[in-house]
Amino acid sequence: MVWYTILIQQIINGLALGSVYALIALGYTMVYGIIKLINFAHGEIYMLGAYFGFFALTIFNLPLIPAMLISMLLAAIIGMGIERIAYRPLRNAPRIAALITAIGASLLIQSVAQLTFGASFRPFPQVIPFQRIQVGPIFLTNRQLIMFGVAILLMVLLHLIVHYTKIGKAMRAVSMDKEAALLMGIDVDKVISFTFAVGSALAAAGGILVGMYYNRIDPYMGIMPGLKAFVAAVLGGIGVIPGAVLGGFLMGTAENLVVAFGSSTYRDAVAFAVLILVLLLRPSGLLGKRQNEKV
Amino acid sequence: MLDLKGRKGKWNISVLILLGILYLVIHCMAASRILLPYHIQVLGLVCINIILVVSLNLINGFLGQLAIGHAGFLAIGAYLSAALTVFYGFPFLLAILISGIAAGLVGILIGVPALRLTGDYLAIATLGFGEIIRVIILNIPAVGGPRGFSGIPRLTNFGLTYLLAIITVFVVKNFIDSAHGRAVVSIREDEIAADSLGVNTTYYKVAAFAIGAFFAGTAGALFSHYMQYISPAPSQIGFLRSIEILIMVVLGGLGSLTGSVITAFALTLLPELLRGFAEYRMVIYPILLILMMLFRPSGLMAGNELSFEFLEKLFKRKPKSNAKGVSPGGAN
Amino acid sequence: MAPTKGLEVNGLSVQFGGLKAVSNLSLAVQHGELIGLIGPNGAGKTTVFNALTGFCRPNSGTIIFDGHDITHKPPHFVAQFGVARTFQNIRLFKDLSVLDNLKIAYHQNFGYSILGGILRIPLYHQEEAKVIEESVRILDLVNLTEHRQVKAGNLAYGNQRKLEIARALVMKPKLLLLDEPAAGMNPFETRELVKLIREIQESFDLTVFLIEHDMSLVMNLCKRIYVLDYGLLIASGGVDEVRNDPRVIEAYLGEDAPWQS
Ligand SMILES: Nc1ncnc2c1ncn2[C@@H]1O[C@H](COP(=O)(O)OP(=O)(O)OP(=O)(O)O)[C@@H](O)[C@H]1O
Ligand SMILES: [Mg+2]
Repeated sequence: MVWYTILIQQIINGLALGSVYALIALGYTMVYGIIKLINFAHGEIYMLGAYFGFFALTIFNLPLIPAMLISMLLAAIIGMGIERIAYRPLRNAPRIAALITAIGASLLIQSVAQLTFGASFRPFPQVIPFQRIQVGPIFLTNRQLIMFGVAILLMVLLHLIVHYTKIGKAMRAVSMDKEAALLMGIDVDKVISFTFAVGSALAAAGGILVGMYYNRIDPYMGIMPGLKAFVAAVLGGIGVIPGAVLGGFLMGTAENLVVAFGSSTYRDAVAFAVLILVLLLRPSGLLGKRQNEKV
Repeated sequence: MLDLKGRKGKWNISVLILLGILYLVIHCMAASRILLPYHIQVLGLVCINIILVVSLNLINGFLGQLAIGHAGFLAIGAYLSAALTVFYGFPFLLAILISGIAAGLVGILIGVPALRLTGDYLAIATLGFGEIIRVIILNIPAVGGPRGFSGIPRLTNFGLTYLLAIITVFVVKNFIDSAHGRAVVSIREDEIAADSLGVNTTYYKVAAFAIGAFFAGTAGALFSHYMQYISPAPSQIGFLRSIEILIMVVLGGLGSLTGSVITAFALTLLPELLRGFAEYRMVIYPILLILMMLFRPSGLMAGNELSFEFLEKLFKRKPKSNAKGVSPGGAN
Repeated sequence: MAPTKGLEVNGLSVQFGGLKAVSNLSLAVQHGELIGLIGPNGAGKTTVFNALTGFCRPNSGTIIFDGHDITHKPPHFVAQFGVARTFQNIRLFKDLSVLDNLKIAYHQNFGYSILGGILRIPLYHQEEAKVIEESVRILDLVNLTEHRQVKAGNLAYGNQRKLEIARALVMKPKLLLLDEPAAGMNPFETRELVKLIREIQESFDLTVFLIEHDMSLVMNLCKRIYVLDYGLLIASGGVDEVRNDPRVIEAYLGEDAPWQS
């Protein structure tokens, strides 16, 4: 194959994977935008989403779409629960305490998942028969198309929620200025809960999509995608919703290109290299605005 | 005149004498087979963990920055020292020193950009740096790549780990009790106020970071020459290890050195002693972590040091003589 | 021209996004003066202090202190030139003792290195003893000596304000910027504060520049006053001059003019 077909091929693969990074990154960015906390447990919600989907598909024999909806609902409940139990009491505590709690929540979910679901991986049911589609010298799979399509659909949905519903507008208000929102009579606690719910649901959908894509799930599957999605959120500009989407796609593409033209052992290092470059060159991210602390 | 520290100086010396006696006791118990070589081996690991936990506490607890890539510095020390002794025949002590310096330099290199960031970014950035170091090591065939580095001579013994643990604790303690250490603590307390008082906050962040990294590097050197093998697995030199060290720091108390020593001791021994515990510890630790942050964020020791004064306070429950007229709530 | 002693600000502007917090401000404070800066809420007073001390970057203008250009210098650098400040929303090290708060302010005067501190060289012991002695002297001045082991956050409010001033004094500054030092104090505490400010200004040979809403304090203490409104300097001069300036009256219109209450 000539190099540019490889290039195009890898960009396509990257966009497919990136759409999932974007879904996860949205959760990070929305939560960060509102409570200025990295929700370290977000990657674990994504993992749980994949397992919920797995059980819905295998044990309850549900079709894909209801399985996905149920998984998203359960993930939303768990996300809200984590916020309520672990984060809310620490909202005014020193930042380091909230961060440590977030790390604790992440570890806890991981270990509980490992104990209940088993440490080894499980094959994800092949709900949709594998198909390869050839366009000239480029190959696509139907799974990639589904992954991409579902992700885009959910993003459009999110956009509609954030811009055209009451709660969505409240979300934006709270992320701009919490005190002012409070003064205007917005129930900030409810908005924060809702943000966790929406972010968690998106991550759960991402978990199922990736489960189908790689055909396997395991209790640790959330760690790396979680971190990478966070980097994607930073790359796009944390707190900025379109930024998370852009960052996700860029991350997915960059990772695939490095694997194609470099070495696969560097796959996981790409994210962190990107992170460090962003932080050095443009800490507010591609679409973010500079902020300065009030003295 | 008022609260001069003459007493504290003596305290240092008496603690050193106690530590010397403790060493002799352990030595005698080992000689008379009350402590088996396996026990001594575990105690050595305890000391190595003390170095790691105390040095991370300097960054997390005293500087107040959540850096979670400590295992990266351990990795640098472990691999570099092994390469120096195995390939180049360096004397071990020199290799330890070089490892510490190298880790410290990398700490500075990382610290300068990363410490410009606020807490959250710093956490992820340090975690990222740790992983990058690991990935780089994975890609160096000379040190075994993914298979790990084996055939390292056993140059570390219990006495050496014990000595270095003591040095670490004393260096960090003396640093904290100096003007420079107070500058570090002031950054944790209120960075803007510190700035306004002429504290070069960037310099002190990087300095604390570098000192922490230095000791983590020496711990790495001790570790690889103790186990005679070092694996690039996440649980050895990756983020799982970093998180484990972080757990010990937090449970012992952010900003409490004695707390760090106690948790390093307890959490290294427990999994060895209780087989069942090892299986559930990754459920128990995070729960403790969360409960700790929710109900007792300053940790086991609540920023106090286990000292004669502290014990006095604990048992007598007598208000400090010179704090009269002021209730803790600051009424009036 | 020989470098003047004191503070000289020329054409200072600070902008936050679209908001001009300070526009084209010029002012001069001679060494040894006691000067006030007043203006309605949000006028940009604190922002002026922040620009002077390096906490926010001016978009244009220059700041000269004692002949040194400190315009774009970082805060710790400005502090080393002898500019100390307090904050409107008190910034003490709340979990540290009163004494430790002062010790930290002594920071730039320590002579031993990091290594010297770790090795506890003789200089370490000498300087640690000296800093305690000097801190206690300053605590005596603000009547906080008996509280020296108390956590700063546990002090009564008025004492916290005084501690913040004491902490600034430890730095042996030449210029002291006080941002609403009397805020939240009762009349008795305020009178004491006035006395304290006078006292330290003389005994430390200080230039004092203060922001205050309590006009009796300002009128009492300051020989000269600058008035800001919406970031613009609308008046300056002696107390009476400013008091009768129509633009000042207008700026305060809608609010009770502070000196009429
Ligand atoms: N860091 C910042 N970012 C954005 N806007 C700011 C910042 N600091 C101040 N401002 C804005 O600049 C304007 C001036 O604020 P400043 O705090 O200087 O006023 P002030 O005169 O001190 O008021 P007050 O008497 O209430 O203390 C205000 O509108 C404020 O909201
Ligand atoms: Mg103000």
